[in-house]
Amino acid sequence: MLERIYKAQQLMDAACKTLGRQINIMEVCGTHTVAIFRNGIRTTLPKAIKLLSGPGCPVCVTDQGYIDIVLDLAQRDDCIIATYGDMIRVPGSNGSLETKRSAADVRVMLSSTDALQLAKDNPDKTVVFVAVGFETTAPATAVVIKEAAEEKRENFCILSGHKLVVPAMRALLAEKNDKIDAFLCPGHVSVIIGYGAFNEIVNDFSRPCVVAGFEPMQIIEGLAEICRQLSQGKAELKSIYTAAVTEEGNTTAQQLIAECFEPADGCWRGLGRIKKSTLKLKDKFSRFDALKRFNITETPVEDTTGCRCGEVLCGLIDPPQCALFGSACVPETPVGPCMVSSEGACAAWFKYGRKKQR
Amino acid sequence: MKQNKHDRILLAHGGGGKLSDELIRKYILPRFKNPALEKLPDAATLNLDSNTLAFTTDSYVVKPLFFNGGDIGKLAVCGTINDLAVAGAKPVALSLSLIIEEGLEFSVLERILDSIARAADDNDVAIVTGDTKTVEAGAAEKIFINTAGIGTRIEGVTLGFDKIAPGDKIILSGTIGDHGMTVISQRKDIRFQTQLKSDCAALASLTGELLDKTAGVKFMRDPTRGGLAATLNEISKQTRLTVQISEADIPVNPTVRAAADMLGFDVLNIANEGKFVAVVSPDCADDCLNICRNHPLGKQAALIGQITETTDLPLVEMATKIGGKRIVQMPYGRELPRIC
Ligand code: SF4
Repeated sequence: MLERIYKAQQLMDAACKTLGRQINIMEVCGTHTVAIFRNGIRTTLPKAIKLLSGPGCPVCVTDQGYIDIVLDLAQRDDCIIATYGDMIRVPGSNGSLETKRSAADVRVMLSSTDALQLAKDNPDKTVVFVAVGFETTAPATAVVIKEAAEEKRENFCILSGHKLVVPAMRALLAEKNDKIDAFLCPGHVSVIIGYGAFNEIVNDFSRPCVVAGFEPMQIIEGLAEICRQLSQGKAELKSIYTAAVTEEGNTTAQQLIAECFEPADGCWRGLGRIKKSTLKLKDKFSRFDALKRFNITETPVEDTTGCRCGEVLCGLIDPPQCALFGSACVPETPVGPCMVSSEGACAAWFKYGRKKQR
Repeated sequence: MKQNKHDRILLAHGGGGKLSDELIRKYILPRFKNPALEKLPDAATLNLDSNTLAFTTDSYVVKPLFFNGGDIGKLAVCGTINDLAVAGAKPVALSLSLIIEEGLEFSVLERILDSIARAADDNDVAIVTGDTKTVEAGAAEKIFINTAGIGTRIEGVTLGFDKIAPGDKIILSGTIGDHGMTVISQRKDIRFQTQLKSDCAALASLTGELLDKTAGVKFMRDPTRGGLAATLNEISKQTRLTVQISEADIPVNPTVRAAADMLGFDVLNIANEGKFVAVVSPDCADDCLNICRNHPLGKQAALIGQITETTDLPLVEMATKIGGKRIVQMPYGRELPRIC
């Protein structure tokens, strides 16, 4: 292993010399962010390589308006909120699900199937499943929507917060941060959508896209491959996560998504409204859409806490540049979602990096 | 359906009357035969061979009650023995308090009591006093157990944070994360759960041997809740010294690693129930390691790091396998599994 690391490091050093400038590489996925910190990868890279944590943590990219809707629904006596663990600590405009938990019925789920089971077990309540995540969790949501439709399970619905990775990468480059030189593309998402999905980023924006797994070796070699391309003035699509990712991806999962959802415009934290970047239930399943069921209209909400997660997600600042980092905002009392989620950039910086002293 | 009253615990089993008496005489006493307990006095009288005692208590709540490698009963005995053991004491006697939820099957209770008796026997500690209460259905998670333990201090041994000095070595008695990942996987019904096994074990025989045969042990702690990360952070915080560890030297069972990766957990934060961390003076580190490795509970013991001076903020720093560095933070509260 050490030999391979050494080789990769040499490649990176050489590339940095050739380019003679800072290289900005964004890791899109939160699991990569955590793996990079846990393995201390940043401390082994040449100074000229700067890693940016991208919009790849499902909790972090969820905008304030969505969280507020969840909190409103939690206030209703006739609802049970079923959610993935990390979501319960995200602060909305007024408290979080965790602080509301004693008054509201909020249950932490490990899977969408558990949420549907909860509806079966509680026929007199409506279970609202807080369906967040990228193409990785959307198929699981699709499965339960189909099941609920077949069983005519009318006391079940979802609040879809599902998002698509590629439109976000496009928006990022086009509108927010053109300093990003290349992407380390997400492993889990690529298993579903296939590495071919990143072709448009390479073609339309000439940025290298390399898909890597989560082993430290994969990440280091992925970064080295990016450096090689940049130093040779190239932008190519490459997957080194050959054990799990194919060009076309998991077509069964893709079909499941396509059967239940259609792309719709939607809001992201930090990135704003992005065309066709979220997944909305198709008309034939619209009775399972919590927005329709409870007649809710999404309204954009200004974040007034001073949290700079939006800029963190776009790679515009590092977490310690946020004035609240490590003082008002710590994992025990998070101000923004990036400090809540175990995959959030702020939490990773705080937990594994040298923290700004209180 | 008419239920046989002896199938399950009834509230009346904690009422102090006939049923309570039956519960104690029929189910509990026969399993823990010893002179201190037999006459059911209000308090046990013990004759001890030292007047420096170690005294500890801990309550046990675990779901599921039975897991691969142990159960709540074994845990309640071993956990309290371990608290005494790492304090440098020889465990002598335990108390046993049961808080039982109405409706618990007697068969389950008996399995737990058997396991308690076996663990106590194996480790030569007596259950000398106890109590049982019952609570209404829904007021407990089947059964809660509290044990308090008394031990006599091993002669000439004083352990404490204040003994730790820069240059001291850190020894870990075996693999980490086994208990926590076993319980979590079983609770979440994860596919490789059968390959995981809790490390639940009483460490007194190993710590006793270590303290008898070497003089360099300065501090010991069993990294239970919060895992190795919590224990090392506590050492750093109390001593205001930096703790340096090396990831490559920390033994982790590959299945535990895979399960933790899958759920997004850091194994350093996962609970252990049969391991200890010892801080030892540098000149006796090799001896300590050999003693551990020759004991069945310490076969995979490893030297994982050292204590160093710092002018900066004292921290736990880890050299990673790939040659990087990172900080190991005090875990905060519960770990939540990641979303995708
Ligand atoms: S440190 Fe806290 S407040 Fe600042 S950007 Fe991160 S999550 Fe938001």
